[in-house]
Amino acid sequence: MALLDVRDLGVVFKRKGTRPFTAVDGVSFSVEPGQTVGLVGESGSGKSVTSLALMGLLPKRGAEISGSVTFEDTELLTLSDKQLRDRRGRDLGMVFQDPLSSLNPVITIGLQITEVLERHRGMSRKEARVEAAELLDRVGLPDPQRRLDEYPHQHSGGMRQRVLIAIALACRPKLLIADEPTTALDVTIQAQILSLLSDLVSETDTALIMITHDLGIVAGLCDNVNVMYGGRIVERAARHDLFERSRHPYTHGLLQSIPRLNAPRGEPLTPIRGSVSDNIEWEQGCAFAPRCPNATDVCWSEPPELKADDGRMLRCHNPVALGDAVTEGAL
Amino acid sequence: MLRFTVRRLLQAVPTLFVLSILVFAWLRLLPGGPATALLGDKATPERVAAMNAVMGLDDPIVVQYFRFLGRILTGDFGNSLITGDPVMEEVSWAFPATLELSVAAMFLAVLFGIPMGYIAARFRGRFLDNATVVTTLVGVAVPVFFLGFLLKYVFTQEMSLLPPSGRQDVLIDSTRVTGIATLDGLLTGEFDATWDAMLHLILPAVALASIPFAVIVRITRASVLDVQGEDFVRTADSKGLTTQVVRKRHVLRNALLPVSTTIGLQTGLLMSGAVLTEKVFAWGGLGTLLEQAIQQRDYPRLQGLILLFAVVFVLVNLLVDISYAIIDPRVRVR
Ligand SMILES: Nc1ncnc2c1ncn2[C@@H]1O[C@H](COP(=O)(O)OP(=O)(O)O)[C@@H](O)[C@H]1O
Ligand SMILES: [Mg+2]
Repeated sequence: MALLDVRDLGVVFKRKGTRPFTAVDGVSFSVEPGQTVGLVGESGSGKSVTSLALMGLLPKRGAEISGSVTFEDTELLTLSDKQLRDRRGRDLGMVFQDPLSSLNPVITIGLQITEVLERHRGMSRKEARVEAAELLDRVGLPDPQRRLDEYPHQHSGGMRQRVLIAIALACRPKLLIADEPTTALDVTIQAQILSLLSDLVSETDTALIMITHDLGIVAGLCDNVNVMYGGRIVERAARHDLFERSRHPYTHGLLQSIPRLNAPRGEPLTPIRGSVSDNIEWEQGCAFAPRCPNATDVCWSEPPELKADDGRMLRCHNPVALGDAVTEGAL
Repeated sequence: MLRFTVRRLLQAVPTLFVLSILVFAWLRLLPGGPATALLGDKATPERVAAMNAVMGLDDPIVVQYFRFLGRILTGDFGNSLITGDPVMEEVSWAFPATLELSVAAMFLAVLFGIPMGYIAARFRGRFLDNATVVTTLVGVAVPVFFLGFLLKYVFTQEMSLLPPSGRQDVLIDSTRVTGIATLDGLLTGEFDATWDAMLHLILPAVALASIPFAVIVRITRASVLDVQGEDFVRTADSKGLTTQVVRKRHVLRNALLPVSTTIGLQTGLLMSGAVLTEKVFAWGGLGTLLEQAIQQRDYPRLQGLILLFAVVFVLVNLLVDISYAIIDPRVRVR
């Protein structure tokens, strides 16, 4: 049975004086215990909004959520604020994109870890401090005992992201959501944080939803990948299938825009043309049509459905022919 | 924290040094010099010359300055031209009254301002918020003396609830210890005197509190709204902390930083408001001394008052810096 089951999730932002904006539309996917699932797409495709909706962290006013999110038989979307707070941090942990702004600047790192242990694991402040030092040790912070009494500004971005990971994993959640956890970091640090994350989740058998705009990150980490475009899932496949035979022109484009080491010298990278702002509404046709090399008349007039196709899910009228795909080995 | 405090204290020394130079120069720049200022415009040249000799005004300016500095450091500010009493004596008699009024007003402004600003932010855009915003607009716009007269009219003339003016009922015979009437009664056990002093204090304190209250409400509201949208508050929510902990530990603590700066600035501004309030309520404090000194050009007294105001201002800002450092660890290292 799935640990998390998302069915037909929709998020519409409504504000007075502006047109309602559909950020997430009909998103369905599931996560098995211990599994790592990727959520990939360009910035603005609705990845963060999806994750915030799962966690119940969207603003209470102005965001209309529909569909269903089942976590171990509990429907999360109808829980009260209090019930949600009992589960957040305990069963579901989250790591955010910007470690510099995601820690409270005026309280110690120690308190920011112990407060979650006291809240969910019923520890005393003293017990929690011992545990907190162990957690910091596990995420690779040197001299953890001393760190407890230090403040966030005394640490680099990478160190702060380690602290945030320690906080998110403090209560051994069954599911961890990481929303672009390395985007704000230097490249060398990115790799360290990614390997730390993957080590920790496999050690503790924690399920992970890895949100990123970087297919390279997904390649090394995820069992299953969901590609999002314009608030909808356009392709879902097991990692190998996706990299060996991507079928959606958008996924295909993403893969081709990754620099490859063994590409012939001078061969230009081929970025996807245009930008998200060129989208058309999903109601009119395929949102990707204006940027799609395969687009035909039907793409401009008929919204494609998400359909099973050759062991994967695909939302496309004119998928990429199988022979054209980039191979994973080439990455 | 201790090192921070000591460093800030030491930093205040040069500030006060510069201030003493300014005040010294000010008296020397008056038309005709200090002797004319003290003797009046109609003084004969002979008398001015004699005065210059007595005051050592013929000495080099540096010598004069250090003599001046030496005197003020020993608390000698000269004698008031109006009463002939030492300025130090006059000021130390009146200062407790103004201190009591200012502290009471600031206490009220903070006590009600921060919670109201916080509540307005929580109920943003709804009735409670709008009502608060309107109230603070009125609070800032209504002149202190007008509010003073209004309060007096309502609570003394119409309702006969509170005394109209003064610091103490004439029939009450109390002992002066600190000169702060509400405190003295407690110290000597004369509780009826304290009660009476508090009744006298309420209206002027409320009148004086109106502006800092309104400003504190607005800054608190804006600051809470700001902090509520911060990433670390979302992190706190993602940890499943209770709403109370999120609000107190994560939102409010950060939101108080700009508020503490505001409190410092408002305390400085409070003194000008105190002069007006003291006049409306016949509160014999520094305001009365200042008003007389300006009208009658009592330079020694003015000089003493200016130095006192400056020292208080520096001290208040020192306290603000220290409280800032208590809340925000990032300030301590600087
Ligand atoms: N609170 C909000 N109010 C209105 N629109 C929002 C809000 N949060 C996100 N959006 C919009 O939803 C879309 C998806 O955003 P997001 O999920 O953050 O994208 P990403 O895939 O980069 O994480 C964007 O167009 C963004 O402008
Ligand atoms: Mg995002």
